[in-house]
Amino acid sequence: MSAATDTLTARDGVSTRLSDTLWRRPKLLLVLLLLPPVLWLGIIYLGSLFALLLQSFFSIDHFSGLINYEFTLRTYAELFTPANFDIIVRTVTMAACTTLASAVIAFPIACYAARFAKGRWRAVFYLGIMMPLWSSYLVKIYAWKLILAKEGILTWALEGLHLNWLLDAYLALPVVGGNSLSVSTTGTFIVFVYVWMPFMILPIQAALERVPVSMLEASGDLGARPGQTFRHVLFPLALPGIVAGSIFTFSLTLGDYIIPQIIGTSRLFIGQAVYQHQGIAGNIPLAAAFAVVPIVIMGVYLYIAKRMGAFDAL
Amino acid sequence: MHSDRASLGLKIAAAAGLLFLHLPILLIFVYAFTTEEKSFQWPPPGLTLKWFAVTWNRPDVWEALGLSVKVASISTVIALILGSLCAAAVSRTRFFGRETISLLVILPIALPGVVTGIALRSAFSIADIPFSTWTIVLGHATFCVVIVYNNAVARFRRTSGSLIEASMDLGANMFQTLRHVILPNIATALVVGGMLAFALSFDEVIVTTFTAGQQQTLPIWMLEELVRPRERPVTNVVAMVVVLVTMLPILGAYYLTRGTEAVAGQGK
Amino acid sequence: MSAVSFDHVSRHFGEVKAVDGVSLDIPEGEFFAMLGPSGSGKTTCLRLIAGFERPTSGRISIFGEQVADLPPYKRHVNTVFQDYALFPHLNVIDNVAYGLMIAGQGRKARHAAAEQALEMVRLGGYGTRKPSELSGGQRQRVALARALVNKPRVLLLDEPLGALDLKLREQMQEELKGLQRQLGITFVFVTHDQGEALSMADRVAVFNEGRIIQVGAPEDIYFRPEVPFVADFVGSSNVLPAPLVARLTGTESPAAIRPERVRLAGEGPLKAVVTGLSFLGLSTRVTLDVEGTRMTALLPQDAARPTVGETVALAWAEGDLHLMRGGA
Repeated sequence: MSAATDTLTARDGVSTRLSDTLWRRPKLLLVLLLLPPVLWLGIIYLGSLFALLLQSFFSIDHFSGLINYEFTLRTYAELFTPANFDIIVRTVTMAACTTLASAVIAFPIACYAARFAKGRWRAVFYLGIMMPLWSSYLVKIYAWKLILAKEGILTWALEGLHLNWLLDAYLALPVVGGNSLSVSTTGTFIVFVYVWMPFMILPIQAALERVPVSMLEASGDLGARPGQTFRHVLFPLALPGIVAGSIFTFSLTLGDYIIPQIIGTSRLFIGQAVYQHQGIAGNIPLAAAFAVVPIVIMGVYLYIAKRMGAFDAL
Repeated sequence: MHSDRASLGLKIAAAAGLLFLHLPILLIFVYAFTTEEKSFQWPPPGLTLKWFAVTWNRPDVWEALGLSVKVASISTVIALILGSLCAAAVSRTRFFGRETISLLVILPIALPGVVTGIALRSAFSIADIPFSTWTIVLGHATFCVVIVYNNAVARFRRTSGSLIEASMDLGANMFQTLRHVILPNIATALVVGGMLAFALSFDEVIVTTFTAGQQQTLPIWMLEELVRPRERPVTNVVAMVVVLVTMLPILGAYYLTRGTEAVAGQGK
Repeated sequence: MSAVSFDHVSRHFGEVKAVDGVSLDIPEGEFFAMLGPSGSGKTTCLRLIAGFERPTSGRISIFGEQVADLPPYKRHVNTVFQDYALFPHLNVIDNVAYGLMIAGQGRKARHAAAEQALEMVRLGGYGTRKPSELSGGQRQRVALARALVNKPRVLLLDEPLGALDLKLREQMQEELKGLQRQLGITFVFVTHDQGEALSMADRVAVFNEGRIIQVGAPEDIYFRPEVPFVADFVGSSNVLPAPLVARLTGTESPAAIRPERVRLAGEGPLKAVVTGLSFLGLSTRVTLDVEGTRMTALLPQDAARPTVGETVALAWAEGDLHLMRGGA
């Protein structure tokens, strides 16, 4: 018997011998599987992040424009000058508003898709959510530039309805108003909601699909009116999904610098600040410090979300 | 709430939400045919096919498209390899640090693109790497890994672990098992992951602005047109074509996974 | 020569001792059952034979050959999996022919052999179907054919009947036994169902907490359990505690007696209070309280029935009270 095995081994090809080794040493197999992705992500991605973090502890000499490679917290202190802090507050406020509006608009869609859409309608809803989500980011922004332009479809529609006085009155308001919607903070807000809202639908839908129908019926049986069922049963169960979705809407809004650049006022958001400081100004340390802000905010956000059980809904 | 019938309010809210998502994209299709050249005037004063011909003859558009396809193809291949290796490791064995690996894969899309972008940019400048197709690919592949990973992990989870044991029990070594059992069973998940990764890379602009230098991918070309418009009708046509082209992988992904699982690529 | 032999084999998963110092010998041609509750180590033993697990310590040999370094694909054993593990992307004939395809047989030859194996499990002509189009019982037969077509020297079966309904299960028990007799190969069969083990196997090993508690022929296991665990797990014997047995026999050790061997009599060594009666058709089950120990007796239908609360005397034939070792 063992003689037979020996001849068998002798006849084995390279792949069988390699396979034998991997079977005898499962840890080696695991290492071989993990090595390429971990090396790639570890060196290219984490390495870059680390380099970025390092730069934020340097500072720039404002006279020569050269980077001073000495450890300092001065660059971080610069974040708290009124002009810079304003940028952070504005961005976080916008991210919060976008998240809130996205949740409000996404909830009915997710609710309908999860609980009522059957058969063909299920497919329609699925594609109806996936297509805009995956449509080109820039094209979506461009579409809103067309809509919000002074000579665009929105003005035309309001004129048709004789409601343009309403728009003018709204644009006259401070902070949210402006010359036209496409150069107002409201315009920025609408586009943010439009572009990132689809990311809110799927997690809410996933969370709602896990609610057994019988649970809602039980609530109805116990005499709850629809509003009460929503408040006490449906909403709490959907909450992990909403939090999971908000991770996307919040994070994506926080780091976006293209939407406010194309649609909105000249007031900066964090992403724009990062872009300008590293590009035109050449102030890499300050750009790096600005980039750390969303990392820290998202770190805190993810920690809270994890404690609320939102990751199960991802 | 009755569980079998939606209330009218919910129906209206859901329909309005979907219209809000789709109408702006449909608008793009109308603008591609407008005769108006200088402004975004609505309704279009006239319709024409002229701008399709003009766009066809624009070398800069073709160059940008070529670069985008090249970058997306290479990034997809790299993401397919790295993502499926990672998924295989995570789903086949329990080991210390599994959670860390998942986090590492998800991080590039969990953090804002501007962070990834500037991190890569500063790393390139520290390491003295000149901008090239490969610097773009480096960034794209990094955040495409998670798309393939998510799809492959979901499929591995649904595939019975005893299939691999059965194959080895019947005399197949690991490589034969890979070829005859594992690959055929995860093939559609990889195709879907690959298509979505391609779509993601093809459309990416935020990270690309930091890693492209002077090169123009199609999204960078569009961004230039949005910030400093040159010929608006050409932009209109390109926008419409981009919408149509990105629809293909999504529809393909949908038909391949129909009835099995959701397309696990929600994080973009 | 034994087909499979374990020499002090252990398999530990961290702190958990899934298999803990098991030694056993399975002669060629035997139908051997591994019986035990879930987590008792019986399935891990099977996986050690197949090569899906490697022992932490000890030696395993298959037909005299040390298999510690042999991966599953180099062992002359085949497995029927609990979930059947049919390849969903292949049709039935290609599933059955898989092993032959890997071995390098031509398409025509291997399909002919596979068709023959399918006929053996009475599924001739099902070759072009996909596994998803088959019923549970049919999948089970395909899994069986897929293993047998490779002419293994040992066939391993992991709870192969667990997913089938009662009627199919009884039918498959008959068929498996018939196949084993006809082919003459060694079958190693894992189950948690003592009825299945006793009715099919030539010998049964009872597992608990990673160890073999008792090995023997079904009658030995059933009527002569060596320890209370076996008595209790295999067909719910009455276990009398050691002090009580000491009073009856003078030997201080626990003892087992089968419910159907307990008689209610006017006179007897033990007094008991009747706590319940249930009608089972062919017999009546009487639950009894003997000085705090619960016992059951099965009375034939024609025997006189006591009433609940009545005090009765218990009697049995000389050899029916079976003394056991303590512990376990």
